[in-house]
Amino acid sequence: MPATRPLPELVCPAGSLPALKAAVDNGADTVYLGLKNDTNARNFAGLNFDDRTAREGIRYAHQRDRKVLLAINTYAQGGDISRWHRAIDEGADLGVDAIILADIGLMEYARRRHPEQRLHMSVQSSATNYEAINLAQELFDIRRAVLPRVLTLDQVKQVIDHTKVEIEVFGFGSLCVMVEGRCLLSSYATGESPNSHGVCSPAKFVRWEHGTQALGARLNGILIDEYQQGEAAGYPTLCKGRFEVEGDTYYALEEPTSLNVMSMLPQIIDIGVAAIKVEGRQRSPAYVAQVTRTLREALDAAGREAQRFSVKPAWTQALSKVAEGQQQTLGAYNRPWK
Amino acid sequence: MRIPELTLPAPVASLLGWLPSTPPCWALVSTLNQLKKRAILPVDMSLLAGRRFEVHVLDAGLRLGFCADEDSFHTASGSEEPDLRLSATLADFARMMLREEDPDTLFFNRKLIIEGDTELGLIVKNLLDSVDWSSTPLQRFMAA
Ligand code: SF4
Repeated sequence: MPATRPLPELVCPAGSLPALKAAVDNGADTVYLGLKNDTNARNFAGLNFDDRTAREGIRYAHQRDRKVLLAINTYAQGGDISRWHRAIDEGADLGVDAIILADIGLMEYARRRHPEQRLHMSVQSSATNYEAINLAQELFDIRRAVLPRVLTLDQVKQVIDHTKVEIEVFGFGSLCVMVEGRCLLSSYATGESPNSHGVCSPAKFVRWEHGTQALGARLNGILIDEYQQGEAAGYPTLCKGRFEVEGDTYYALEEPTSLNVMSMLPQIIDIGVAAIKVEGRQRSPAYVAQVTRTLREALDAAGREAQRFSVKPAWTQALSKVAEGQQQTLGAYNRPWK
Repeated sequence: MRIPELTLPAPVASLLGWLPSTPPCWALVSTLNQLKKRAILPVDMSLLAGRRFEVHVLDAGLRLGFCADEDSFHTASGSEEPDLRLSATLADFARMMLREEDPDTLFFNRKLIIEGDTELGLIVKNLLDSVDWSSTPLQRFMAA
């Protein structure tokens, strides 16, 4: 076991300028953001950055020696792909430290037009093996890849051992089940999905029904879930709904839990993960501040204490407060799959 | 500054509920217009124009109705259903505004009730989140 591994970068989400500042002020090494359009996978009304706020945010982060990544992580849609090209040009012009891309056509464009620009491969590219990652490096000089949340820790190590590309993994946030970027549930219900329109379960299709007994959540008319009095609610994402299957009503696809890798931090550092990502560009500055602060403390402690590291109850408490579903899981990382 | 977990006592609430809601509503609307004028509230009015809003302070029994046009906010009276209604206790509204508490967390815990047009709700939430209080004297009250 190597004696001292560098600590992974803590990569935090920013859906607005105050969220970016909250991330930087609370110890993020890097923040990632998107532009105000469907070139990024959190294309929500009123969220994200325009030219002015992006410039100010980048200045704020750079003055404090932090990095800024620009996510252009949807797939350019047929007809007119100029929006995506413009977003890449804008990112290069803004001076972001890296652009996160999913679409290989866009990787090619970015590499050709902006040869100096550092590129990362998005989780939406769905690269789960080192061959895919090494190919992206060979073709487009990808410097970092974000792994989908479907690999066990052993599998992550396997990837890291066979590539020179830096590996980023998810550390905290709402879960998107299985094989990122290929889910068609949202398209099925609404015609819009993360890859095509940058949003899963778009708000314009969501209706909350306040009944006397329960709060109903509908997505384009489809009842996704019903919450009884006092029961915690969640986002009406199709994969986390309760459905009736052969007479039983239950979370037929996935429970509304959040990923939280805190207890695995020493192993994550050990296998040489380059960066740990926090999900949630759609969340508020308060969330970003609380999660960033907690993970900063935990990550620093894990670096210092290595195998003696243990998770402080206060950290768990702080994170479960803001987590969706208020239940946390290690996700695929600790599955026994080989 | 931490806001204590409290609900307004019933006598205060019934008193507040009995008072006309025009002055607080007027105060809310003129604050919004001021914030907008000074570019602290980075609002795209085209997203809000023609829509009616209601802020329902549950423990105060207070309903503040207002609407927006292409350039400003106005108080709205009448019993027309708003396009968006946000309901919470006074303390929870304050926590949300001061960024002590994440609106999504309040929503998950059923402390913030969103009724009406969900996308409009998201626009309003994201708008409040994008206010950079660090450029205002209010900064020292903010938690994040
Ligand atoms: S439905 Fe669930 S798994 Fe599919 S994209 Fe949305 S969050 Fe991800």
